[in-house]
Amino acid sequence: MIAEIGLAVLWMAAALAVLQLFAGFSALRPGGKALAGVVRPLAVMQGLLVALSFMALIDLFLETDLSVKLVAANSHSMKPFIFKLAGTWGNHEGSMLLWVTIMAVSGGVVALVEKRLREDTLIATLAGQAFVSLGFYAFLLLSSNPFERLPEPAPEGMGLNPLLQDVGLAFHPPTLYVGYVGLSVAFSFAIGALITRDVGPAFARAMRPWVLGAWIFLTIGITAGSYWAYYTLGWGGWWFWDPVENASLMPWLAATALLHSASVLASRNALRAWTVMLGVIAFSMSMVGTFLVRSGILTSVHAFAVDPERGSFILALLAIYIGGALVLFGVRANTVTEGERFSLVSREASLVFNNVMLCGILAIVLLGTLYPLMTEAFGAKVSVGPPYFNPVGAIFALPMMVMMAVGPLLRWRRDNPSRISATVAVPALASALALLAVVLLAPGINLLPMLGLAVGAGLALASWLPLRGRNLRRTPLSVWGMVVGHFGLAVALIGAASESAFSTERLAAMNVGDRQSVGPITLRLESIEPVAGPNWTALEATISASYKGGAPVTLHPQARTFSSPPGERTESALHTRWNGQLYAVLGNEGDDGRWQMRFWWKPFVPLLWLGGLLVAFGGLLALIGRVAQDVKRLRVNDKIAFRKARQEALK
Amino acid sequence: MNSTTSTGGIKPKHQRLVLLVIALVALIGAGLLAAYALSNQASYFYVPADLVKVPPEQGRAIRLGGMVEKGSLKTRPDGITIDFVVGDGKARVPVRYTGITPDLFVEGSGVVAEGRMEGNVFVADNLLAKHDENYVPRQMGDMSAEQIKQVVAETK
Repeated sequence: MIAEIGLAVLWMAAALAVLQLFAGFSALRPGGKALAGVVRPLAVMQGLLVALSFMALIDLFLETDLSVKLVAANSHSMKPFIFKLAGTWGNHEGSMLLWVTIMAVSGGVVALVEKRLREDTLIATLAGQAFVSLGFYAFLLLSSNPFERLPEPAPEGMGLNPLLQDVGLAFHPPTLYVGYVGLSVAFSFAIGALITRDVGPAFARAMRPWVLGAWIFLTIGITAGSYWAYYTLGWGGWWFWDPVENASLMPWLAATALLHSASVLASRNALRAWTVMLGVIAFSMSMVGTFLVRSGILTSVHAFAVDPERGSFILALLAIYIGGALVLFGVRANTVTEGERFSLVSREASLVFNNVMLCGILAIVLLGTLYPLMTEAFGAKVSVGPPYFNPVGAIFALPMMVMMAVGPLLRWRRDNPSRISATVAVPALASALALLAVVLLAPGINLLPMLGLAVGAGLALASWLPLRGRNLRRTPLSVWGMVVGHFGLAVALIGAASESAFSTERLAAMNVGDRQSVGPITLRLESIEPVAGPNWTALEATISASYKGGAPVTLHPQARTFSSPPGERTESALHTRWNGQLYAVLGNEGDDGRWQMRFWWKPFVPLLWLGGLLVAFGGLLALIGRVAQDVKRLRVNDKIAFRKARQEALK
Repeated sequence: MNSTTSTGGIKPKHQRLVLLVIALVALIGAGLLAAYALSNQASYFYVPADLVKVPPEQGRAIRLGGMVEKGSLKTRPDGITIDFVVGDGKARVPVRYTGITPDLFVEGSGVVAEGRMEGNVFVADNLLAKHDENYVPRQMGDMSAEQIKQVVAETK
């Protein structure tokens, strides 16, 4: 029964989306004002219905209703609760339903709370949102119905892929999806503003919290995904330039650019067409990402059960939405009037520079990700990896980070470089010292990590300089957000550079009782014993590790064997110190009874994820600051309007 | 940097144009740079027959895909370096790998190795084996049916 209700509710929501599109469309035509009032309630209702449908699916998974095809294919009655829950979105159909749910719910929220925007722009935005979600409704209902029943209930579910049975899965995909879909709201705002020729600060202010929110979720999702890959895949790396990773990075790059250009538009009324364009690009990148992940067209560690036909559906949606948006942009671009001017040395100019650099990195990642596809058309099979992405990306990323140190110190509109040169000298000196220290103390490390450490050190210092001369208690929250976010990026850069420069690795075949060392750490293999979990058995090694002869700690890396479905997974063990992380992996038993072990000592690597979280935290501060400011402004406007009305009445 | 004084001279009409040109130049620059780097840095996929017929440059990053021949897998005394032979029915390439082999890496299974040729030996940095029983490296999926049959016959 639950499955049928879920499906029926989903169809109803799709019908409401059609109505919302139609009502919005006619409301914008002359004489269609009568329908203008229904668009907001429709959007709210649609959000509620889809949420209900998604809850129905969660319920089916929690109950393990094996008469439903999706549950039978992806779940198992013996699975722990958290993975039953996460299994809801750990598969194609469920994740697309999650996508539609987030999209419809955020459309409903826009309809409920957005009061700053002109009413016709808002209606156009909601109509645009309905148009975008319709494509995904069609996709769900026609080609990937999550509620499909089996002719006969299956005796037992097939289970969830062992690699996916991890707490990371419970949070990683939904976080990224919220980010992806948040950008769809930004896209709808851009379309709405183009349709009603209302591209201006009000539009940017309405869009900004959504971009900021999406960007925070993307940042957290990428950081968490990177850490998850780091500790579950047992390869000791944190970023593989895998197509699916790139698929999450590209929307982030575009959203970062959009965030900054929306800020310029909101506070300086400049970069109008540019912001609209970035809104379109950011959502395109979300769709490209979904396409790459869902079609399995590229070889990827994430490519489990994939279906090329579904890929073509998403590709068609991509072509319709993005093609349509670009055509609309082409038609309406000349109506977007020129914004305020600014000089070549100004905050705006530095933001434009960073925007261009971000787009450059985006282009490089996109080309590198799609290149194997392009060459395959000509019969050559290639794969593109770190030797391409790292140096070519750095050509754009490092100048961008240098500009990040300088830009926030500049004044809006026009500034004199000599005004800030003394201030900039401090972080420049820090960079130079860091470079000198690295060259002297650690000769022979590669150029990129060396530059990364130097730029990171400079930026870590420079990111705090915008607070200089301010009253810290009266500094707006959004400025704190910027400072923390920029500092976080510097911290992440230092972590990444240090990982790549100073990591040491030890591979060894060990008997129980053998000793090994990696970096400053000495290790002893104490024992290897079998252990069992809820749906796996494992061999577990006990290793005692001591840092420079200090008190030993124990680590327990495992090699797990799963029963449903059958599969194996290595479970690495980590020991984190303030100055680095020890990473241990248990391998196979050799013919002579020795165990293969792999250890890494990675100095300062936790800074990488700490930095990512700081970036997200900075975004959160800015979001809170902006929303609080907007609420305040609305209140003041209401008050003014109220007084005016009263004065009028008195007259 | 005397641009502060001269920018007053930019007409409003031109500012948008200047921005557009800068953005385009940067993007085209990025594109060209990417194209140049890709042609140098992309690692090509080889099956043993191609590798023997047209040997790639020594030290260039490539990928090798094929079947691990039965009986060829040997562990060196250090316990972590293995030697094995990857074949596709037409040619055989010796491979050396130091590290922990992926789960389910066994003789007779398909493998894609990332690495480079050193002399006549392919030195692998990384082995990509199937993640689960249904997973076939995509490149292997494209081998012709005849080729696969031969490989299977060869390696069984």
